[in-house]
Amino acid sequence: MSKFSTLDKYTPTVGKYELLPFRFESLDNDDVVVTNFVGEFVILKREKLNDVVGKKLLPTEETYSLLRSRHFIKEASDSASIELLGLKTRTKFSNLRNFTNLHLFVVSLRCDHSCGYCQVSRQSENKAAFDMTEATADKALEIVFKSPNEAIKIEFQGGEPLLNFEIVKYVVLAAKKKNEVQKRDLQFVITTTLALITDEILDFCKEHKIYLSSSLDGPEDLHNQNRPRPGKDSHARFVEGLKKARDKLGYDSVSALMTTSPASLGKVRDIIDEYLKHDLDGIFLRHLSPYGFAIKTKSYKAYNVDKWLEFYCEGLDYIVELNKQGIRFTEYFASLLLTKMFSANDPGFVDLMNPSGAGISAVVFNYDGDVYASDESRMLREMGDTSFKIGNLHTNTYEEIFTSEALLNALDDSFTMSAPMCTDCAFEPWCGAEPVFHHAIFGDVLGRKPESEFCKRIMGVVKHLLKKMQNDPEAKDIFIRWANKC
Amino acid sequence: MLTLSGRVIKKSSTEATQSGLFSLSTNEQLPATLRSQKAFLIKKIGVIPEGFLHYFLLEGFDVNLPSPERTTRLGSEFFYLGNEDVVSLSEDGRIRSIYRSDSNHNSILLTEQCNNYCLMCSQPPKQVDDSWLLKEAFDVIRLIPRNAKVLGFTGGEPTIWGQEFINLLDHSKNWLPNTSLHVLSNGRFFANEDFTYRYSKVEHPDLMVGIPIYSSDPSVHDYVVQAEGAFDETIKGILNLKRFKQKVEIRVVLHKQTYKGLPELAHYIARNLLFVDQVALMGLEHTGFTRANIDSLWIDPIDYKEQLSEAVRILNNYGVQVAVYNHPLCLVNPDIFPSYVKSISDWKNEFAKECKPCTRKNDCGGFFSSGIQNGYSHSIRPFL
Repeated sequence: MSKFSTLDKYTPTVGKYELLPFRFESLDNDDVVVTNFVGEFVILKREKLNDVVGKKLLPTEETYSLLRSRHFIKEASDSASIELLGLKTRTKFSNLRNFTNLHLFVVSLRCDHSCGYCQVSRQSENKAAFDMTEATADKALEIVFKSPNEAIKIEFQGGEPLLNFEIVKYVVLAAKKKNEVQKRDLQFVITTTLALITDEILDFCKEHKIYLSSSLDGPEDLHNQNRPRPGKDSHARFVEGLKKARDKLGYDSVSALMTTSPASLGKVRDIIDEYLKHDLDGIFLRHLSPYGFAIKTKSYKAYNVDKWLEFYCEGLDYIVELNKQGIRFTEYFASLLLTKMFSANDPGFVDLMNPSGAGISAVVFNYDGDVYASDESRMLREMGDTSFKIGNLHTNTYEEIFTSEALLNALDDSFTMSAPMCTDCAFEPWCGAEPVFHHAIFGDVLGRKPESEFCKRIMGVVKHLLKKMQNDPEAKDIFIRWANKC
Repeated sequence: MLTLSGRVIKKSSTEATQSGLFSLSTNEQLPATLRSQKAFLIKKIGVIPEGFLHYFLLEGFDVNLPSPERTTRLGSEFFYLGNEDVVSLSEDGRIRSIYRSDSNHNSILLTEQCNNYCLMCSQPPKQVDDSWLLKEAFDVIRLIPRNAKVLGFTGGEPTIWGQEFINLLDHSKNWLPNTSLHVLSNGRFFANEDFTYRYSKVEHPDLMVGIPIYSSDPSVHDYVVQAEGAFDETIKGILNLKRFKQKVEIRVVLHKQTYKGLPELAHYIARNLLFVDQVALMGLEHTGFTRANIDSLWIDPIDYKEQLSEAVRILNNYGVQVAVYNHPLCLVNPDIFPSYVKSISDWKNEFAKECKPCTRKNDCGGFFSSGIQNGYSHSIRPFL
């Protein structure tokens, strides 16, 4: 007799396995996706899922192996899998320990552009009315350095921040001075159209390693239609500014964001081509935010989520094809979701965080000293809704701001692991709480999930990603690469 | 293949007084004060310096011996021995090469005992008291040149010695602070948190442990290592090691029982053990138990090259450092070349007769000598 035992000696007894917590969602008539609470997933045939739950799965089947190693089922002796699930859960929520990283300074509401989808900007020469003062900036910096986070990012927002560049300079120099003692990992970003960029400004950015985040909506006609300014030259100014900024600061120091408008629909390939043309290595195919004008106007109604999904999926498929042709180009919204699908890391994107990233991950200091839980929150306020104003720099302390009822209630009430319907949703591990959106639409932070355009949008994108991976192994490879970019 | 141990031709005629470890020297100019601690290796014709502790005479270099009673004659198979090498001479006339200065593949065998019983073990375990091996290792460490770059500890399972093994690491740190250490372990004893904590407290500047995982399916892993519950302990061991910030390499040997699950194992490592320092995917060595289990283990590497490519791709996409060891270059897909490493220990690396006209031998990892002797892929095709 051989001194070696055969495989069946090590194979568990049939039907003795235990189910670990998981949820499922059908993809079509035959297939369901099952997910565990750290976001691992397996696509199964519906009947197979019945076998799994009925403990009829045989230990010799491939599916048994797969579900056991991906922590959907366990044998009584498997204790490492519980330890690993715990470890991955801790990793998933480890960002919370660090608290606020991103601090937005709205240094001016004034802007040279008058974009239709923007509610906050003002066409005004009155600096006093819409610009942040040094006194307000000082108060904001005090709050910034109270954050326990080792990494601090200060992002200048507008309006057009370059119209109040003096305060940008003031904040950068003051922050760096504080940081001589604080020793944080300090980063600066200016969100700008680049239309008003000058050599002096670029010199300052170079000296202080400031990143530029700009806007490109698509080809010249679309971009200029979306982003009117005197002279109708927004696109040309962007192109020139981009080149200048790359020459001076380096390729990686300038990025571009697009906003989807009703006029963008049907033009997704042109928009992507425009990004390629300017040698950008990715694009964020964003939904149109319901804030600003849009929410109460015809344009938002006309622009329903189905149309956006069509736009998005066409764009994503095109980008995957580009990658297959050897062009490394990323769609960033997919890459955020994929990071959550393929790893235990949370990329820390406010819309896809649970608990919500509002206030925790990012906080907004408005030009007038009001503090908001997110960029969307201050847009709501421009529509007359101050629900997510969590304090004022001149009247509140750090503790008052970050323990305000407005913030804590929103975080608590929208937490997806206890929110009705979210708790049953297979996509919950990849999704976010989004209290501000649901409040804007439904008047409360939970909203009604079956009617929520947010849910519909996330579910639509996730299902598209899953199906693509299921049918196209090459696309799956590309997606795993994107997942590890964040 | 080099012969690392064997019988001497003739030991010194006096009684077995001179046995044990010797550090070799080929330096005739060695100051007299150092000679009494060294053995002189005669591998050329010339004047033999006096005053050495012992003499090793390589066959074919017969000279007038200064002290025949302190001389051991060696066969020509030990031609490779050189300056600063360490050998062990036993009372019954066996010699073992313990350390070779001109090699980066030196491993010290700490025991032949093991709590796994792997189907393809190249060093089949024995249930014997071999604590003399551990004891000898402490002495060897003192004799190894202090500029040694890297040193391996292997078994059997080195960690079965518990605290004594940790003491050996500490001893190595004291005598060879600049030498990288690489331990081969099945990782199971590291499931004991206290043991792992004490291991970490050695605070060795450059210590890595290589631990095998053969499948993401616990049953398959347990079958390959012939030990129920081994997978669970090994994974917990790796988690403990990383908890205490120790370097870990995962090693996977590819054969008929492991190749199908390789892409899923890569996925498992990426999802659960992303923090490991590297992953080594290794070809099968035709020696030890492998020969007994050849029917359940052998698969031509060319038949699993797709799984190999997929696993490398997954690990690369997750940013895990991956290395493919012990595979002839002509049996893998070109997409894994960036991860391809020539790694077979110099003393057991050869080429097949088909390789003669190949133009890429310099890039190729070649074969284990045991593979050349005991059978290898029929798909070897020279690059021309």
